[in-house]
Amino acid sequence: MNIHAVRAIYVFEMARAWRTLMQSIATPILSTSLYFVVFGAAIGSRMGEIDGISYASFIIPGLLMLSLLSESISNASFGIYFPKFSGTIYEILSAPVSPLEIVLGYVGAAASKSVILGLLILITARLFVDYEIAHPLWMIGFLLLTAITFSLFGFVIGLWADDFQKLQIIPMMVVMPLTFLGGAFYSINMLPPFWQTITLFNPVVYLISGFRWSFYGVADVNVVISVGMICFFMLLCLAAIGWIFKTGYRLKS
Amino acid sequence: MEPIISVRNLTKTYASGLRALDNVNLDIRRGEIFGLLGPNGAGKTTLISIICGIVTPSEGVVSVDGHDILSDYRAARSKIGLVPQELATATFENVLVTMNFSRGLFGKPPNSSLIEKILRDLSLWDKRKEKIMALSGGMKRRVLIAKALVHEPSILFLDEPTAGVDVELRHDMWEMVRGLRESGVTIILTTHYINEAEEMADRIGVINEGKIGVVEDKAVLMNKLGKKQLTLTLQHPLSSIPAELDGHPLELSADGNALIYTFDAQKERTGISELLRHLGQHGIDFKDLHSSQSSLEDIFVNLVREKT
Repeated sequence: MNIHAVRAIYVFEMARAWRTLMQSIATPILSTSLYFVVFGAAIGSRMGEIDGISYASFIIPGLLMLSLLSESISNASFGIYFPKFSGTIYEILSAPVSPLEIVLGYVGAAASKSVILGLLILITARLFVDYEIAHPLWMIGFLLLTAITFSLFGFVIGLWADDFQKLQIIPMMVVMPLTFLGGAFYSINMLPPFWQTITLFNPVVYLISGFRWSFYGVADVNVVISVGMICFFMLLCLAAIGWIFKTGYRLKS
Repeated sequence: MEPIISVRNLTKTYASGLRALDNVNLDIRRGEIFGLLGPNGAGKTTLISIICGIVTPSEGVVSVDGHDILSDYRAARSKIGLVPQELATATFENVLVTMNFSRGLFGKPPNSSLIEKILRDLSLWDKRKEKIMALSGGMKRRVLIAKALVHEPSILFLDEPTAGVDVELRHDMWEMVRGLRESGVTIILTTHYINEAEEMADRIGVINEGKIGVVEDKAVLMNKLGKKQLTLTLQHPLSSIPAELDGHPLELSADGNALIYTFDAQKERTGISELLRHLGQHGIDFKDLHSSQSSLEDIFVNLVREKT
C-alpha cells in the first residue's frame, strides 16, 4: 500500500476545501440554515407534529441528508474531474498508485469534508431548533456510511463527466429531486397508498428514514433495510469504479 | 549491458481506429540521453505515454529496469519521471504544495531539503509560495521539470521540454539535463528542435507513422547519413556548368557565383582534388572555398521524406 500517495491526495484535496472555505463550508451551512429558518421556525410553527415530533425537528435529518448527499457528490466529482480537465491527471496515472489508493485519497477527503460539514450543520441547527439524538452511534454510522457512499457516487460522476455541465446534471436533475421526494420534509406515510409504493423505489427514502430513526427512533421503513440499501448502493458504486479503472473508460485512451 | 527500457512489438490502436504505434521495438541504454525525433503525429507522445502508464498498449511488452509496466507497474513507474508536453499544472496551488504532492504520489516521505535543492537548481526557490497560475510559461515549464525530479527518478522523459521557452532558459535546461545524465539518470528526449537533439543526445531514434525507422548513435548517424558539401565562390560568374565538368556532382548557385560539390566524407576518394584540377584545366578560377556537413535536421528531413 502506497500510504504516502493516499496521504498526498487526501491532504491536497483537504487543502482545497480550506482554500475555498466560503464555497465548501460557509455556503452550505448558510443555505441549510435558511431552510431551518423558513421551514422550521416560520412555517414549522404552524404545522402539526409528525409521528409525535415537531415539524422543525422532524426536517433536521432530511435537511442534513440533503446537504450530505449534494456535498459528498460535489466534492468527490470535482476532485477527480478537475485534474482530468486541467490535464494534471497524468501525474496520478503515471504514479505507482493503485486504483484503491486513488479512491481512498479522493473519496476519503470528500467524505471527510461532508462529515465535517454535516456536524457543523447539526451544531448550527441547534441555534434554531431543539432536537435529540436517540441513537448517537447509529447517527454517526449513517453519517459516515452515507458520506462515503455518495462520495463514491460523486467519484463515478467525476470520472464519467467530460464537461462541467455533466458534472452538474446528476446532482441537480436526479439527486436533488429524489431527496425532496424522499421524505426530507414529510413522512411517506402522509402520501396516498399508490404514491407510498412508488416512493419505495426512491433509494433516498431509505437513507432519510434510517437517519431519522437514529434521531427520533421512528422510521418510514425498517432500519435494517435502510442500512442494507446504503450498502447495496455502495457496492454498486464500487463496482462502477472498478470497471472504470479496469477498462480505463474516460480515464486512459 | 541490459537496457533500462525495453520495448518489444509494441502496437497501439486507438478506439478511433488510428494506429499510433505499429510493432515498435526499441531499447534505451542505461545512462544515455536518447533523442526521439519525429514529425507531428508520428507516435512519440503515445510511446512515452504507454511507457509511463498513461495510455494502455494494444499489444506488446514494455519493461522498465526489468519490471513489466503492466504486471509490475509500481516498480516500473517509481523509476520514471515525466515532463509532459502540455503545461498541465495545478494552477490554483503554490509551487511548494504541488512539489510535496508529486513526491508523495511516488511513495516518498517529505524531504524539504531535497525540494529546496531542486527548486534552487531550477531558479524556482523565490517562487515557491506563488500560485502556479501567476508564473510565466517558462517558469511553469520549470515547475513541471521540478515535479518530475522530486521523487528522484532514474529515468526522465522530457516530452518537448523546451517548446515555447526562450533561448536562455533552453540553454539552462540543456545544462541541467547534462548534469542529470552525469548523476546517472537516463534521459529520453523528444523534441521538434533538431539542434536540441544534436546538442544533447547520445543516440537518436526516428519515429514516423508509428514505426521506428532508425536508431543509431548520433555521431554514427551523422557520419553515415550526413553529406558534405564543398562550396567554391567563383572569380567570374557562370551561366551554366561547363560540359567538361559533367562527371562531377556539381550544382551552380542561382546567381552563378558559386559551384556546390556534394561528396561522401566517408569514402576514401572524395574526388575533390580531381575536381580542383579540372577547374584549373578549364580556366575556372575561384576566390574562396568552404566545406559544410549536413545537420541532423537535414538528415531527419531526408529520413522522413524517404519513408513517405
